[in-house]
Amino acid sequence: MHVHPLERRWAWIATLMVVAMIVLVAWTAVVMRIHPPSNVETIDSTRLHLTSEFAEDNLGVKREADGTVVARIVMARYMVRPPEITLPAGVPIVVRAASADVLHGLHVAGTNIGTQVVPGYVSQVHTTIHFEEVEKAGIANADGSVTVPIYCNEYCGLGHQSMWGRIKVTRQ
Amino acid sequence: MSAVGPPDRPDRLSLAHLWVGFGLFGVASLLGLYQLLERNGLVSTSAATYYQSMTLHGVVMAFVLTTFFIVGYGYIVTVTSLGRPLPWPRLAWLGFATMLAGTLVAALAIASGTSTVLYTFYPPMVAHWSFYAGAALLLVGSLPWTVITIVMTVKWKRENPGRPIPLPQFGMAACAILWSWTLVGVVIEVVFQLLPLSLGLVPTIDLGLARALFAWTLHPIVYFWLIPAYVALYTIVPKAAGGYLFSDEMGRIVFVMLLVFSLPVGLHHIFVDPQQAAGWKLMHAFGTFLVALPTLLTGFTVAASLETAGRLRGGRGLFGWIRKLPWGEPVVVGGILAALLLLPGGFGGLINASYAMDTMVHNTMWVPAHFHLIFGGSVVLVYFASAYHLWPKLTGRRLRSRGMAVAQLWLWFVGVLALTIPWHVVGLLWMPRRTAYNPYDPEIVARWRSYTAPMIVGGLLMVLSALLFLWNLLLTHGNRASEPDRRMSYADTVEPVVTVPNLLNGFAVWNWLVLVLMLIAFAYPIGQFFFIDVHEALPWGAR
Repeated sequence: MHVHPLERRWAWIATLMVVAMIVLVAWTAVVMRIHPPSNVETIDSTRLHLTSEFAEDNLGVKREADGTVVARIVMARYMVRPPEITLPAGVPIVVRAASADVLHGLHVAGTNIGTQVVPGYVSQVHTTIHFEEVEKAGIANADGSVTVPIYCNEYCGLGHQSMWGRIKVTRQ
Repeated sequence: MSAVGPPDRPDRLSLAHLWVGFGLFGVASLLGLYQLLERNGLVSTSAATYYQSMTLHGVVMAFVLTTFFIVGYGYIVTVTSLGRPLPWPRLAWLGFATMLAGTLVAALAIASGTSTVLYTFYPPMVAHWSFYAGAALLLVGSLPWTVITIVMTVKWKRENPGRPIPLPQFGMAACAILWSWTLVGVVIEVVFQLLPLSLGLVPTIDLGLARALFAWTLHPIVYFWLIPAYVALYTIVPKAAGGYLFSDEMGRIVFVMLLVFSLPVGLHHIFVDPQQAAGWKLMHAFGTFLVALPTLLTGFTVAASLETAGRLRGGRGLFGWIRKLPWGEPVVVGGILAALLLLPGGFGGLINASYAMDTMVHNTMWVPAHFHLIFGGSVVLVYFASAYHLWPKLTGRRLRSRGMAVAQLWLWFVGVLALTIPWHVVGLLWMPRRTAYNPYDPEIVARWRSYTAPMIVGGLLMVLSALLFLWNLLLTHGNRASEPDRRMSYADTVEPVVTVPNLLNGFAVWNWLVLVLMLIAFAYPIGQFFFIDVHEALPWGAR
C-alpha cells in the first residue's frame, strides 16, 4: 500500500475543508441558534377545522398575551388560508401552519419562512422579517408596505401551481 | 488483462439493458423539453398533462435509465475485470425481464393518468396500485445483478487469496452492496405502506414513518448512480487517455467512503419537515459534508491520472499537458466534462447540505437545477462516454462517428449549463419548483422572464445532443467497419499494486460499520413514530 505524498497532502487539505464546513454549520446551529423548523408537534389533520387553534376564525395574524405576533395558516388544496395576511417587519414573529389534506410546502419570498407542511404535524417557524430583504423580493405598495408572495412549493396535486397567497409586510 | 473474450462475455445481455435504458432516456428527454416549453408559456396543454409528463420524465431518468445502465454496465465490468464468465446467465435474463415488465407496468399506470404523483410519490397522495407494483418489480429485477456481483466477487477472492480485487470490480461490488442497503427504506415504504394504502387494505398512512423511510433511500440512491461513473473515471478514462491511474488505493478508499458515508445522512432531504427534531437533522448534516470528501479525492486522482497521460503524450509545463490530451477521444472528453461539472454541482450540494441555509433554497428551482447539473450533467455524461467505449466492444462494430460523439458530449455540457445556471438563479428568486405554469403577480413573474431564453436554448441543445447520441449508437450496429480490439481493458496504475490491506480488499468490516451508523442515524428518527401519538393521514388522489 502506498499513497503518493502529493495525494496525501491533498487528502489532508480536503479533510480540513470538510471539517471547516462542519464547524461552520455547527456554529450557526449551536451558537447562532439558527435551526430549520423541527418542533415535532402532532395534530389531527382530518379535524383541523374543529380545533380551536386552526378553526377558520382563528386563522391569520394575532398578537398573543405575551406580546408575540403569531400567524396561523392552513394549507389546503389549492389555497393558502387566509390568502392574504399582514405581518410587521423587525419584530420576532411565529408562523404556525398545518395541512388539511396532502403534503404542502410553504415559502415566503424574501424571508426565512420556509417549511414543509406535513399532514398530522404543526410546522412552526420563528423569525424576524427584514424589511430591506422583502423590498427586494416583493412589490411596493402605495402605503409604504411591501407585498411578497407566499408559495406552496411542494407538488400537492394537479392545481399545485395555483396554490399561493400574499403577505403584506409593514415597516416597523 | 481480461481472459474473457467476446464468446464468454454477456454482450447481448448488456446491450439489452443499455438499449432499454437509453431508449427510454430518449423519450424522457423529449418530455423534458415539452415541460420546459409548457412551464415557460411557449406551449399550452394542461396542468394535468404537464404533471403526467413530469412523472414519466422523473421515473425514467431517475429509476429506469440508471438501473438499466448500471446493471448492463456492471455485468460487463464484472465479467471482464475478474476474467470469469457469468455464473447464472438465465437468472440475469430473468432479472432483465422483471425490470422490463416493472417498467412497462409503471409506465402504463402513469400513461393512464391515475398515477400523477411525480417520481418521488410522496404520500398521502396515492397512485394506482400498479404504479407501485411496477416500481417494485423494477427494483426486484435488479436483485439478480446484486447477487451475481457479490457472489462473483467473493468467489474470486477465495480463489485468489492475498491478491487485490481488481479496482473496477471493487467499485462495482461497492455499488451492489450500497444498492442493497439503499433499497431497504423504500421497499419497506412501498410494501408495507403504499401498496396496502393504494389497494384500500388500510384506511390511513403514518406519514412521518413513510417520509423517514424514503429519506433512508433518497441519498444513497444518488451514489448508486454515481459509483459506476466513478469506476469509469478511475479505470477506463485514464487508459483511454493514454495514461495510468494515479492511485489504485485512493480509488478503494473512495469507494469505501461512498458506501459508508452516503447511507446515514438521508434526513437532509427533510431538513424543513416538522416531524424530525433539530439534533438528528444536524447530525445528518455533518454526515452529508463527509460525503464531499470522496468526491474531492476523486477530483484530484482523476486529474493526476489525466496529467500522466498528457505528459506521456509530450505535454510540458504546468498546464501544457491539458492541450496534449486526446480531445478527439469520446470517453476522455466525456470524463473530463463530467468531472468539470462536479465542481459547480458539488458546490450547490454543499449549500443544500448546510442545515439552516437549506431553508433558503428548499423546493425552489435551485433544487432541480442542482440535480440536473450533477446527475443530468456529470453522471449522464459518463454514461454517454461509457456507451461510446462499450458499443464497439459489444457489437464488434466501430463507432459510427467519433466526431459526432465528441460534438454530442460538448453539446450536452453546454446545454446542461445553459439550462441549470438560470434555474439556480430563479431558485434564488424564490421560484417554486414543480409548477406547470406561473400564475403569480405579473411583476414577480417578470423578474424571472429574462432567464427564460437561455434555459430554452439549453433544453434544445440537450435534446439535440440526446438524439445525436442515440443516432450514433444505432448506426454503429450497422457499421461495416469492424472493431479490431474487442477486449475490455482497464487502466494500470502508475506503480503496480501488489498487495492492499485487507480493509481495502473487502467489505465485511464496512458493512458492520454501516449497520452501526444506520442504527445511530435512523433508529430514533424512524422508531419515534411507534411511540409518539401519531395521527395518520387519509389517502388522496392527484386531482
